[in-house]
Parts: sequence; C-alpha cells; structure tokens
Amino acid sequence: MDFSEINIPILIASLIVTATPLILAALGELIAEKSGVLNLGVEGMMIIGAVSGFIIGVETGSALLGIIGSAVGGALLSFLFAFIVLVMKANQVASGLALTIFGLGIAALLGHPYTGIAPPQFQSFSLPVLEDIPIIGVMFFQHDFVVYFSILASIATWYFLKYSRRGLVLRSIGENHDVAHSLGYKVIATRFGSILFGGALAGLGGGYLSLVRVPQWTEGMTAGAGWIALALVVFSGWHPFRLILGAYIFGGITILQLNLQAIGVNINIAILSMAPYLATIIALVIISVSRIQGNKGAPGSLGVSFVKVT
Amino acid sequence: MFKLEPRVEFSPMISFLGPLFSIALTMIFGGILFFFLGVDPVAAIKMIFWDPLMSETFAEYSRPQILIKAAPLILIALGLSLGFKANIWNIGAEGQYIMGAIFGATFALSLYPSESVFIFPAMIIAGIIGGSIWAMIPAMLKVKFKVNEILVSLMLVYVAEQILALASLGFLRNPDGAGFPGSRNLNDYPSASNLELINGTGIHLGVLISLLMVIFFYILLFRHSLGFKIKLIGHSPKAYAFSGDSPNKMVVICLLVSGGLAGLAGLFEVAGPAGQITIDFNVGYGFTAIIVAFLGRLNPVGIFLAGIIMALTYVGGELTQFMLNLPAAAIQVFQGMLLFFLLSFDLFVNYKLKFLKD
Repeated sequence: MDFSEINIPILIASLIVTATPLILAALGELIAEKSGVLNLGVEGMMIIGAVSGFIIGVETGSALLGIIGSAVGGALLSFLFAFIVLVMKANQVASGLALTIFGLGIAALLGHPYTGIAPPQFQSFSLPVLEDIPIIGVMFFQHDFVVYFSILASIATWYFLKYSRRGLVLRSIGENHDVAHSLGYKVIATRFGSILFGGALAGLGGGYLSLVRVPQWTEGMTAGAGWIALALVVFSGWHPFRLILGAYIFGGITILQLNLQAIGVNINIAILSMAPYLATIIALVIISVSRIQGNKGAPGSLGVSFVKVT
Repeated sequence: MFKLEPRVEFSPMISFLGPLFSIALTMIFGGILFFFLGVDPVAAIKMIFWDPLMSETFAEYSRPQILIKAAPLILIALGLSLGFKANIWNIGAEGQYIMGAIFGATFALSLYPSESVFIFPAMIIAGIIGGSIWAMIPAMLKVKFKVNEILVSLMLVYVAEQILALASLGFLRNPDGAGFPGSRNLNDYPSASNLELINGTGIHLGVLISLLMVIFFYILLFRHSLGFKIKLIGHSPKAYAFSGDSPNKMVVICLLVSGGLAGLAGLFEVAGPAGQITIDFNVGYGFTAIIVAFLGRLNPVGIFLAGIIMALTYVGGELTQFMLNLPAAAIQVFQGMLLFFLLSFDLFVNYKLKFLKD
C-alpha cells in the first residue's frame, strides 16, 4: 500500500468524469420534479441511454452520434412514462418503478450482442491555453465536451427556472397545478415536455457511462446511478448549483474508494464498494436534519396526478 | 370528446377485469416482441402460460417449481402491499430478503454440526429479525429525520449485496469447499434444512406459511382496525390524523412487517431451494414482488393469484430459454409490460369516462 501512488490532480479529474452522468441525470429529474412529476424511472432511462448510445456509437463508428442517440433513447423511454402518468393518470411512484424494471429488461435484451466490444473513441475537447496550466489544466480543462455541457446545462437550468417566464410557469405548475390550470397554463403539455427533457438528460448520462467513463457495455452497468441521481435532487434542495456540488462530493467518494481498492488498502473490497451507497444515505440524513421544516424547495404538487375538473 | 369523472362507488367488476385485460394485452404485445426476436409468438406464449402446468413433458418438473417460486413472491408482496396502501414505499425488499437469508444461515452454520429440533425454528426467527432490522433503517430515518424511505431502502439493497459477497467469500465460506466461494449447503445439514414436505410437489414450509399469510392478511385488512387505519392513512392522511395515532407508527409497522416477511422469504429460500449463501443468491424476487403486489391490486387473494401467475412466467420463461432460445431479459421486459398495462388500467378503476356531445 502506497498512498503516494494516488495522484491528486488526476483524482480530481476523474472525480469530475464520475460526477458528470449524475449531474446530467439529476438535472433532468430536477426539471421534471419542478413541474410536479416524480419520475422514479431514472435508472431505467439511464440504462436505455447507455445501451442505445453504445449501439449507435458502435454501428456508426461515431461517439458523437452515439451520445446523441443515448439522449434520444432516454427520451423515448420517458415518453412511455409521460403517457402513463399524464394521460392514464397512473400512480407516479409505481409507474416509475415499472419504467426501471422495463428499461433494465429492454437494455439487457438490446445490449446482449454488444457485450465485450470496445466503443469508438471519444475526442477529448481540451480548452486551448487553459489546458497547459500546470496541475489545474489536468484537473479542469482536458475533459470532453459532455463534461462542459453538464456545467453549462446546470447554469442554463438555473437561469431558466429563476429568470425566464416559461421557467416561472413550469414552477407554478409544480407548486399548484389547479391554480396554474385556472390561470390558463398548459399543465399536461408542460409536464410532458419536462418528462421528455428529463428522459433525454438521463439517457445522456447513461450514454456517457457506456461510451466514455467505462467505456463498455455490461448488463446492469448503471448499478444504481439513477437512484443516486434521484437522491442528489433531494440533497440539492432542487437547486442546480447545489446539485453540482453534491455530485462532485459523491464522485469524490466513489473515486477515492476505487483508488483505495487499486492501491490495495487493507480494507475489504466489499466494504469499500458499499461506500457510495452509504454516503448517499448519510447525505440524505444530513440534509433532512439541516432542514428543520420538511423539504424546503420541494414542489407542492410533486407526485400528484392532474385531472381537469371543469 | 370525453372527460374524466371520479368514480364515487368502487366497481369490483372493473377492478377484477383490469388484471385480466392487462394480462391479455401483455400477451399480445409480448407476442409482438417475441416475433421481432425471431421466436414463434404463439409457441412462446403457450410455453410460458400453458406448458408449465399442462404439458406432459415439462409439467412434472415445472408444477413444483411454480409453487417454489410463488412462495417468496407472495410472502414479500403481501408485506409490501400494506405499505403501498398507506403510501409508504419500501422498494428495498430485495435487500431485506438477502439479510434474512444471511442472518438465518449465519445462525445455523455457527451451530454446525450439532443437531436439534430447535435449530430450524430459531433460524426462522433469525431470518425475520434480519429482514426487519434492514427495513428498520429506512423506517427510523423516516420517523426521526423525515428521510425519504424509497431512496434509503433502495440504497440498502446495494449494501446488502456487498454483505452477501462478504459472506460468501468470507465469514460464511465453506471451510471444506476447496476455497470456492459459497457457504456450506444447508440441505446437507438436517436440522437446518427446509426440505419438501411432500416429495415431488415443491411444497416446503415457506409455501404453507405463505398460504396462511394470505388468510392472515385478509383478516387483518378487512376485519381488523389496523387494516382500516392503513387504508385510511393512504386515502387521507388528514383524516387519519384525527384518529389520534401518530403516522410514524404506521411507517414503523409497514416497514417492519414487509421487512420481516422479506427476511422470512429469504430464509426459506436459503435453507430450501437455494441451499446455500452464494454471491448470486438473490434473483430479484424483491423487485418482482412489487409487480405481484400491484397485479394483485394490493389485495391478499389477488396477490396469491398474482404470485402464481408471476411464478408461471418465471418457470415458463426458463422453458422458452431452453427450448426456443428466447433471451432471459425478454421475460423481464414481459413482466415490465404487464405492470405498465396494469397501472394504466387504474384509470378506469378510479375514473369514469364520460362522453360529451359537442
């Protein structure tokens, strides 16, 4: 065991890569939840994104097309969820679980012939000049464009929710859909759009896993990342910037435990592998304790079906 | 055009037709899926739903298998249904199932090779305790700190899977197993094994207890005040608050019962059909039980029937794997579809469609 084998700048760089799929998936879920829809199918949408991105990437030989395909795949699956909860008014919790079960099955089915194949290489998209800064360049400026996209998307989401008119409408629908409806806002259409956006981002997160982070297809490869993304949304208090922070803390724990496994620390691998999940639980407890009165930031109509009365 | 009108009176007809209709639709869409996978859809559907029960070649083997697979599904789903009625979502039954098995097996193997008639009953208690402890973690966190039980119970599934790996590679590894992972086989340890009660039928103690539990839950839900309170808190938390009981009590009861039953199911599995603790001991009963609970419309008798149907798709699914080369995941998709149709059909349970004249 040799702690000097752990290279801090590379650790930080890989932490950012680990956190990126979580940021994407959680950001999508944040928008859906802000509009009042609780979609527990993130895990299913992520794995569909992972498999569809991988297949399209391998078949076309282009990682970029693969990444786009992963977003399309995730959005397609979320369409099913949107239809069931918005048109058929089904219970959102149960439908989200169904989406996860269904997505894991479809992904295993589609991905089977692609097990063990290497995907096309992803071009890293280093920022000129900045990448040459010693240490900091390695940490922050030699990533691929999806990493930068996840940050930009968080900023855009924050701006959209806080300052744009559409964002305000979306939030008001999430807070109280009956009032929003009586003011003439389109509840179902807005929620439909939010769910599809959430699906596309979750799919993108999954595609990033299979095309860049791992990069390979294995059955069940998301291994709970979708659920952790859901936890991150709660952790963030529905705020995009705290969401990034949470994802980076989480990425740090994951990378640290992988590094400790690699240098052969005298702790059982199974115990180290539990760390990310235990950390998620601890984070949820801390955040709940620190908010004295319930969940501040949780939309008022979260998880409730909207039915037109008049 | 039409509009939705909430149903004032509960319609037993619709609520009975829903599952049947959903199964029919799943057969149709599943058949289309099988067709695209290059498998004869009619043969595949027949093999999933008919052959395990009636075919001369397979039924002798597969009939007992249906009971063996239905028992854990029914046990777990009964427990989950309580919470689902009360809007308390334990989705970590898979983890509680694993912990029940580990607790029971650890207790038994710590006494190996001494024999006593008390060992198996004590294992059952250990299994229930293992599952309950695992479910009490989300319950306590929810009661004390208002932490979301869905996320905590699910995270604990991944933790339980790591403990399972730890057990089968470490503290429970068979000392006479030539270094292979996995515990001693409990079927070779007479005091600790959950054997078939009647040879060749698949009926072990777990099957009997799951049947008894169906009756017990029926009485609990329809003849006991606890059942009424569970339904009340699910329909209207505000009305429940007037009863003077704390909602926290319901959280603890629902998670304790569902965790205990999942642990019990795990114990019967490890001491019976599985025989030992291995890394891949858990096969997803805890998640499939969620489908079973909904397929049975959260009603004990419905859950019993749903458990049998789900077990049928498992056993039939295995047949299609061997005979028609249908991929294993196709059955998972098939089960997911079933759940979608069921949930969608709830629209007609809760609302009436009223056609409007323009």
